[in-house]
Amino acid sequence: SGEVRRVTLIPGDGIGPEISDSVQKIFEAANAPIAWDPVDVTPVKGRDGIFRIPSRCIELMHQNKVGLKGPLETPIGKGHRSLNLAVRKEFDLYANVRPCRSLEGHKTLYDNVDVVTIRENTEGEYSGIEHEIVSGVVQSIKLITETASRNVASFAFEYARQNGRKCVTAVHKANIMRMSDGLFLSICREQAALYPDIKFKEAYLDTVCLNMVQDPGQYDVLVMPNLYGDILSDLCAGLVGGLGVTPSGNIGKGAAVFESVHGTAPDIAGQDKANPTALLLSAVMMLRYMNLPSHASRIEKAVFDAIADGRAKTGDLGGSGTCSSFTADVCARVKDLA
Amino acid sequence: SITAPRPPTEISQKLKVTIIPGDGVGPELIYTVQDIVKQTGIPIEFEEVFLSEVHYTRSASIENAVKSISKNNNVALKGAIEESAVLHTEGELQGLNMRLRKALDLFANVVHIKTLDGIKTRHGKKLDFVIVREQTEGEYSSLEHQLVPGVIECLKISTRPKCERIAKFAFDYATKTGRKKVTAVHKANIMKLGDGLFLKTCQDVAKQYPKIEFESMIIDNTCMQLVSRPEQFDVMVMPNLYGNIIDNLAAGLVGGAGVVPGQSVGRDFVIYEPGSRHSFQEAMGRSIANPTAMILCTANMLNHLHLDAWGNSLRQAVQDVVKEGKVRTRDVGGYATTVDFADAVIDKFRI
Amino acid sequence: QIPGTRLPLAKYGGRHTVCALPGDGIGPEMIHHIKNIFRFCHAPVNFEEVQVSSSLGDGDMEAAILAIQRNGVAIKGNIETKHDDPQFKSRNVELRSRLDLYANILHCVTIPTVPSRHSGIDIVLIRENTEGEYSGLEHETVPGIVESIKIVTREKIERISRMAFEYAKANGRKKVTAVHKANIQKLGDGLFLKVIKEMADAEYKDIKFESMIVDNASMQLVSRPQQFDVMVMPNLYGNIISNIACGLVGGPGLVSGMNIGAKYAVFETGTRNTGTSLAGKDLANPTAFIRASVDMLRYLGCHYHANLISDALWKALVEQRIHTQDIGGSHTASDVINATLINIEKHMEENPHL
Repeated sequence: SGEVRRVTLIPGDGIGPEISDSVQKIFEAANAPIAWDPVDVTPVKGRDGIFRIPSRCIELMHQNKVGLKGPLETPIGKGHRSLNLAVRKEFDLYANVRPCRSLEGHKTLYDNVDVVTIRENTEGEYSGIEHEIVSGVVQSIKLITETASRNVASFAFEYARQNGRKCVTAVHKANIMRMSDGLFLSICREQAALYPDIKFKEAYLDTVCLNMVQDPGQYDVLVMPNLYGDILSDLCAGLVGGLGVTPSGNIGKGAAVFESVHGTAPDIAGQDKANPTALLLSAVMMLRYMNLPSHASRIEKAVFDAIADGRAKTGDLGGSGTCSSFTADVCARVKDLA
Repeated sequence: SITAPRPPTEISQKLKVTIIPGDGVGPELIYTVQDIVKQTGIPIEFEEVFLSEVHYTRSASIENAVKSISKNNNVALKGAIEESAVLHTEGELQGLNMRLRKALDLFANVVHIKTLDGIKTRHGKKLDFVIVREQTEGEYSSLEHQLVPGVIECLKISTRPKCERIAKFAFDYATKTGRKKVTAVHKANIMKLGDGLFLKTCQDVAKQYPKIEFESMIIDNTCMQLVSRPEQFDVMVMPNLYGNIIDNLAAGLVGGAGVVPGQSVGRDFVIYEPGSRHSFQEAMGRSIANPTAMILCTANMLNHLHLDAWGNSLRQAVQDVVKEGKVRTRDVGGYATTVDFADAVIDKFRI
Repeated sequence: QIPGTRLPLAKYGGRHTVCALPGDGIGPEMIHHIKNIFRFCHAPVNFEEVQVSSSLGDGDMEAAILAIQRNGVAIKGNIETKHDDPQFKSRNVELRSRLDLYANILHCVTIPTVPSRHSGIDIVLIRENTEGEYSGLEHETVPGIVESIKIVTREKIERISRMAFEYAKANGRKKVTAVHKANIQKLGDGLFLKVIKEMADAEYKDIKFESMIVDNASMQLVSRPQQFDVMVMPNLYGNIISNIACGLVGGPGLVSGMNIGAKYAVFETGTRNTGTSLAGKDLANPTAFIRASVDMLRYLGCHYHANLISDALWKALVEQRIHTQDIGGSHTASDVINATLINIEKHMEENPHL
C-alpha cells in the first residue's frame, strides 16, 4: 500500500503539542505513509450560545475516518459535550481497546502483563440515563442491548484473531445481574462459536480483579461491558506503570480514534519533559488498524528498545531524558531497523 | 486509682452461634473451625443451617436461617453460597446470598485487608486498611427487565437514607477502631446523580466526624492506586458494585481469597464470612482450601461476642502459624492440607 | 418505659455503640466499673469514650456533643462547674441544651435494708431541663444589682407535660402531680399550671392530676412521701425536689437519672454530684451508676441484660447487704461490683442459654 493516507491529528492541550510533534517526527523517520491533518478542537460558541466542537473537526473525521488525539483538558461549563462523546456518538465508536504490556526497562511490581481490555463504549452504566424519582432516591439505568453486545463481542474475537491472541475472556457479573449481564454473556458465547480457533472463557468481574493483581499472566484478551471495562482498563494500566505508557483506541464501524488517555500535565507543559510513549503506542495501534503492520512493528520495536535501553527515557519512567532526546533516540532506532 | 479487680474472664456458659456452611469448600472450612473450637475449648456452640442454590432441594429456607440467627446471639459464621448465573425460577432475580442479606438487612460489608507476616506479596509493604461496602442497593437491586427483545435495562437505585447509613457506618467504624481517614470511592463524574448523591451524602456525614480525615476518589483511579500505592488507604467506603471489585482486588494484594476475613453487618445482625466470597467449587472435597480467612472470621466473631481473650488467642495462633510458614496450603505456595493447617493452629493456641 | 420512639443511631450487628463521658470526680472509675460489668455479662454494648471536663477546652465539648449526636446515647459522669468564674457556662447545662434533652427523669424507690426514715417510696420525678431559671441569662444592670431572667414557653411546657402523662400511661402510673409556684410567679408558673391542667383535662382523663406549690411539696415529701406517684415540674424546682427525694431513699449514691430529648438520651446519676472528695478511694457507692447503665440498657431494648444486672445488684444490696459507707456500711465500691458480678455469673449458670 504505497499511497499516502490522511489522518486527523488532534494535538490536544498541555503536553499534547509536544508529544504529537514527537509522534510526527518518528513517523517521518519511519517513512510511514501517513499525512497529518492537524485540527484545533477548542470549543467554539455557537449561535445558540452553546459551546461546540468546531465543525471542521467533524468534517475532517468524516473524510479521514481515522484520528489520533492527544490529551484534552476537561471542558468546563455545563451543557458542553466533550469531544470524546461527540466523536463517539457521531461515528458509533463502540469498542475501547487498551493493550497493557509490561515494558522492559520500566520495572513495576508486575513484569508479566500482556493483557488487552476491550470495553463496550456506548451503553451500559454510562448511558447517562439517570433521574431522581423523589428527593433522595436516584435511579440510574444500565442499558444492555443485543446489538451493542454483539458488536463488541465480535470485535473482540476479530481483534484476537488479527493480533495473534489465543484466548478471549468475557468479564461479567451475571450471577447478580442475571438478565443484563446474562444477555451480554450469551452474546459472547454466540460469537465464540463463530471463532473456534480462539479459546473462550467466562469469568466473574470480582474473580478477575482478584487474579489480576495476583497473577496477571493468566489473562489475554478481556471483553466486557462499559463500567467494568472502565475500571479494569485503568487497573491494568496501573499494573504496567500507569496511563503514561498505555495506548488506547476507540473503534467503530468504519472509523477509529486513537488516543493517549493520560492527563494534560499542565505543570510540565512546554518544558520538554513529557513522555510521548502512550501517544506513540496509540499511533502504532492506529497503523495496525490501517493495515500497515510492518511500519507498526518497526516503530513499536524502536519504542520498546529505547525504553529497555533506558538512556533516553523520560523522567516519569525514572530516566533522565527529555521528550526531544527520547524522540531522537527512537528516530535513530527506527532508521536502523529499516 | 481504680481498685476493683478484673473479673474472671472464664464463664461457664457457652454462647451459641449459627453456622451456614454454604457451597464448595465452605463446609470443609466451617468444619475445620468447629474442630478448632472443640479442641481449644473456645466457649461457643454451633447450630447448623444449610443454605444452597446448587443443592436446592436440601436447602433450608431463608426464614429458618433468620430464625436461627436471631435465636443465637444474632451472629452467624458462613461459607460462600454459590450464585449460579442460571435462573432457577422464572422471575426470581435475586440470589440466595442477596435474599439472606435482605432478610437480615445486612447493609454493610466490611473487609479488613491486612498483610500477614509470612505471606509473600508483590508490594512487600505492610497494608492495613478496611473496605466498607454498601450491599443492599445500587446495581444489585435486581431490577431488570427486557424493554424490547435484545434490549435490557438494569436499574441502579441509590437512596439518601441508605447512602447515609453506610457513610455513617464507615465513620463509626473508623471511630471505633481508631482509624484516621475515610476515602469515598465513586464515579460521580459520570453518574452525576446516582454516585453524586452518594458522594454528597458522604461529605455531609463527614462533617460530624471532625477528627477523621475525608477524601474521595474515582473508582478507576482507585483501582490503579491500589495496585501502585495501596498503603495510602485507611477506611474506604463505596457503593455495592465498586465494593465487589475493590474487595477482590485488595484481597489479591495480600494473598488471595483464602486469607482475608470479612463480615456483613446490619443493625441487628452480623454474619462473619471470608472477605471475597468465592465458593471455590473446584477444590471441593480435596482438603486444599486455605482456612485462614475463616479462622480469622471466627476470631473476629469471638471479639464481637466479648470473648476477647479467646478471640485474640485464636488470631495470634493463626498469625503464628502463617508467620512460621512451615504449614502452608497450596494457594500460598505449600503442600499442606486444610486439616494440617487447622492442627497447626490448635497446636499454637495458648490462652 | 420511656415514651416516644428513638432509633438507636449506632447499632450494628446487634451491638450498640454508646458514648461514655467519664467527667470529673468519681466518674472515670464508675465508667470503668460499668464497662467491666457489661463485658462480663456480654451486654451488646460498645463504648466510645470521650473526655469532657471543666478543665478541658471547648473543642472537647464540641467533640463530646458530636459524639452523642452520632451515637444517640451516652452515659455520663458529672462535670464539675466552676462557681468562681461567672463567665463559665456549666458544661452539663450546655450539653443538655445543645442536645435538647428536655426531660430529666428520676426514679426514686426505697431499697429495703438500705437505712432510711421512710419506706415504700416509689416516685418518678420529671423535670423540665432546658429553660426556666437555668437559661443562663444573667446580667448586672448597675453595680450591685443583678438581673436573672427566667423564661418559660408554652411549647416547652407542653412537651414536658406530654412526657409526664405519656410516661405515666406507659408505665401504669396513676397520678401526676405538677409542682409550681404559681401563687407568686403568676405569669411564668401560671402558664405552666394552666397548660398542664388543660392537657390533663383534655387528653388524659384516666390519670389523676393534681398540683402542689413547691414549698408545700417539699414539706409533704419529707413527711408523707408515699402520696406521690409521678411529679412534673419546671427546672429549678426539679433540682430541689429531686435532691430531696434522693435523700429520702438513701442518698445520692443510689438514684439514677436520665435526660431524654426527641432524638438523644443521656444517662447519669440522679443528683449529678461529682463526688470529688471520694475520687480514687474506692469508697463511692456505684449503685447510682449501675442503675443508670441499667436504665440505658432498657432504653436500648436490651431487657435481658438490664434485668440480669439489676437483679444481681438488688441481690447484692438487699440480700447480701453489701453496703458502702454512705448507706452505713463498710464495704468498698469494688466489693459491690464483685458481688454483683458473682451474682450475675450464678444467674447465668443456673439459667443457661440466652
